Amino acid sequence: MKMKWAFLSLIAICLFTLTGCEPLMVLDPKGPQAETQANVIWISIATMAFIVIVVFALLIFVVTKYRASKQSDDYEPPHIEGHPIVESIIVGIPVVIIIFLSIVTVKSTYEVEATPKGYEDQKPLTIYASSSDWKWHFSYPEENIETVNYLYIPTDRPLEFKLYSYGPITSFWIPQLGGQKYAMSDMVTTLHLAASVPGEFMGRNANFSGKGFAENTFQVKAMPQKEFDEWVEEVKATAEPLTEEKFKELLEPGHLGQLTFSGTHLTFLPAPEGEYGGHHHGSNDSHEGSKHDHDEQALNKQDSHEKTKEHHH
Amino acid sequence: MNFFDRFAIPHPSPAIYASMVAIGLTVIAIIVGLTYFKKWGYLWREWLTTVDHKRIGIMYLISALLMLFRGGVDALMMRAQTAVPENALLDAQHYNEVFTTHGVVMIIFMAMPFIYALMNFVVPLQIGARDVAFPRLNALSFWLFFMGAMLFNISFVIGGSPDAGWTSYFPLAGNDFSQSVGTNYYMLSIQIAGIGTLISGINFITTILKMRAPGMTLMKMPMFTWTAFITNAIVVFAFPVLTIALLLGTMDRLFGTNFFTTTNGGMDMLWANLFWVWGHPEVYILILPAFGIYSEVISTFSRRNLYGYKSMVASIVIISFFSFLVWTHHFFTMGQGPLTNSIFSITTMAIAIPTGIKIFNWLLTMWKGKIKFTVPMLYAVGFIPIFTIGGVTGVMLGMASADYQYHNTMFLVAHFHYTIIPGVVFAMLAGLTYWWPKMFGFMLNERIGKWAFWFIAISFNVTFFPMFFTGLDGQARRMYTYSEATGFGPLNLISFVGAVGLAIGFALIVYNVYYSTRYASRNISSDPWDARSLEWATHSPVPSYNFAVTPKVNSIEAFWDAKKKNIPLFQGKIDKIHMPNNTGVPFIMSCIFFVWGFSFVFSLWIPAIITTIGIFVCMAHRSFEKDDGYYISVKDVEDTEKKLRGVS
Repeated sequence: MKMKWAFLSLIAICLFTLTGCEPLMVLDPKGPQAETQANVIWISIATMAFIVIVVFALLIFVVTKYRASKQSDDYEPPHIEGHPIVESIIVGIPVVIIIFLSIVTVKSTYEVEATPKGYEDQKPLTIYASSSDWKWHFSYPEENIETVNYLYIPTDRPLEFKLYSYGPITSFWIPQLGGQKYAMSDMVTTLHLAASVPGEFMGRNANFSGKGFAENTFQVKAMPQKEFDEWVEEVKATAEPLTEEKFKELLEPGHLGQLTFSGTHLTFLPAPEGEYGGHHHGSNDSHEGSKHDHDEQALNKQDSHEKTKEHHH
Repeated sequence: MNFFDRFAIPHPSPAIYASMVAIGLTVIAIIVGLTYFKKWGYLWREWLTTVDHKRIGIMYLISALLMLFRGGVDALMMRAQTAVPENALLDAQHYNEVFTTHGVVMIIFMAMPFIYALMNFVVPLQIGARDVAFPRLNALSFWLFFMGAMLFNISFVIGGSPDAGWTSYFPLAGNDFSQSVGTNYYMLSIQIAGIGTLISGINFITTILKMRAPGMTLMKMPMFTWTAFITNAIVVFAFPVLTIALLLGTMDRLFGTNFFTTTNGGMDMLWANLFWVWGHPEVYILILPAFGIYSEVISTFSRRNLYGYKSMVASIVIISFFSFLVWTHHFFTMGQGPLTNSIFSITTMAIAIPTGIKIFNWLLTMWKGKIKFTVPMLYAVGFIPIFTIGGVTGVMLGMASADYQYHNTMFLVAHFHYTIIPGVVFAMLAGLTYWWPKMFGFMLNERIGKWAFWFIAISFNVTFFPMFFTGLDGQARRMYTYSEATGFGPLNLISFVGAVGLAIGFALIVYNVYYSTRYASRNISSDPWDARSLEWATHSPVPSYNFAVTPKVNSIEAFWDAKKKNIPLFQGKIDKIHMPNNTGVPFIMSCIFFVWGFSFVFSLWIPAIITTIGIFVCMAHRSFEKDDGYYISVKDVEDTEKKLRGVS
């Protein structure tokens, strides 16, 4: 049983190493969605630990009890086919476990895909988060400001992220606030998050997107609403306006530091939703941006594409 | 563009130049060696033109082992690069190429040929057949796979390797973001190998349905044959999806179509869907034969019949069905909403039930047994706890809400290595050791084999267990580097140490093959493990016709019953045996396919047209060829039998 011991000591080493560090990010939630997910993870770990222990115990039992060296030479193992009761147990218990986990999953999946619990009566803050190689652009349409590679958010308020990409598929992830969702170039996806305490968190693109992927991170800072409002006012007063020219420059592949602008790119390059979406399924959703002609809409796609002119409305 | 510019590597490094020199020297050494020892004729007659399922199986095996080392070197480079924060061993581009080729090589060019090696060698013997149903197609399958693998493997020295991940998601894999020919190599080499696999699928289904020995009903087939049957059924349903996806991807890259682009009506998510509609069944294509091998090994070394045979069969059939209903769980985060995700979560978790039945049946097979810890049995027993961890973390990943946190992280990487390594690599090593005496007429050394097992089993856990933690701590997969502030350093260093241990384990296996080839006794019986199924009823090594007299079967364990209850297995007398002729056409046609693929990779249209015609000429040649095979006379069979019996 050398392996078992090696295995157990390995777990011990891992736990030992980890206790010296911060708690694991995903299991250290700072918002309601991440908390729901951390709870689901703990429930699943507990359930699965039960299964692992049962299987390990049975395995250790059979391999110690029935090894050839412990039996007489003339012992000949019996011929045993299946047994209905035994087989009902080994089917029945897993079925019960899976039903239990299915209920947990369905319930929590609906929860994290909606406005966070307890925040329903508040107006959500909408933020358009778009990725380009290898940066994140955060547009606050109501506040009319835009940042690059950093995200300020108010605490105790539902956040509605509208995600899309100027390039490969990326995945928007702030582990301590909640799980990921993809940002794609021809449609907008919505991610519901909220922060319940002030603090600084790590955010990143989690989906491989080429050479600059490893550094495709952003900084998240959650603060009380009042502080957030002050920051917005300060940005409006001091930051240079975001022009179309400047934004196209920002889209060029590469890495940028943190940048701040007044105005958003949504006014001249609307997100690919509603009438600007890549896939038209007869949707009548109107977009908050003003009307634009086809050529500008084509800019919405990667500028390296020349084929986009044929885009139909 | 200068004609030769296209063949240059976009990101050269000293390591790549060294590899070029090494490849060149190896090729020269092989050519010189074959000429010096006058082995060209032998190579052509006995191997390149063979249609014998056993030889084809051995060629699959050699290819798989070579690819295992190619993929293993990639893995070592990745773990070395991430062993410490901000390491500069590899740059981002090189790292991206390395993890892409690691994935493709391990799944398509290592695991697939490994399972086909064992299926080829074992299945006809287990069902008492003389060969597969279509021996020539079988040769074509192998050579197509082999040429696909070679085409993929030259990418890093000619034109550049693919760099968009083994999943090759569009638009990243499209021309805009992946400008080198790397992804062309991906599309075409997998296409060529995939056609071979599809042909194998049809071949094995026919073989198992039509060529079983008299008396062997479906419910009397050995479990490995059952898993081979279902595996090939999955192949036939899943691989056409990959064929089409690769075709569309190739057209996007070479001819400017817009299937997976993000404009002009293209849909990047379509690739992800098609890829995983093939990709998830593919996982079960890999794991089911492994389940079959474990069933054989555990039953043999517990000296017990397999517990719950019927529920084992039922569970593989259910698994194969469900394998087609879970693909969306690879991208729960695509935004398809809670309803779709809930449904796919439940189907995903439901697979755990038939899989659990199998685990418990193996435990119950050992129960009241008489367990001998040979090397194959060690792998089987080691598989159970490790695979259980892989399985339960799979259920955790199947829970959509939690998956939003695991997706794309090292947690996922840990999970699938916890399933694939015990589920495929351990199984293949178990099967290899188990059937080695049947293939080569001597046994692998048990002592070295056990050392290798312990090195691999322990190092495996040291490598991959820490990844569960780094994943939960926010380490995304496929990151070529990370900063010290993230705190990922120590656990990644442990992973690297484990990877070195794994390398030592695999080196021990190579040493074992060398050692046993030199020193092992050739004087072994045809049934050295005291096993239970038909492949052990014939000589080791197996004569070309497999069985002098076709066995008659009347139970699940006919050979065991023949040994223990003296129920005669071979009734009747030796008759002349009809055998298929060797042919060089599959090899030649596959060589043309190689040039065809290479021409498409580099958009060389004239050779592409010529080779396309060449492929059709080969097929036409087959259509008009008269080949009735040949007979081995009674006298020849009797002489061979006498000679082989004298040895064993």
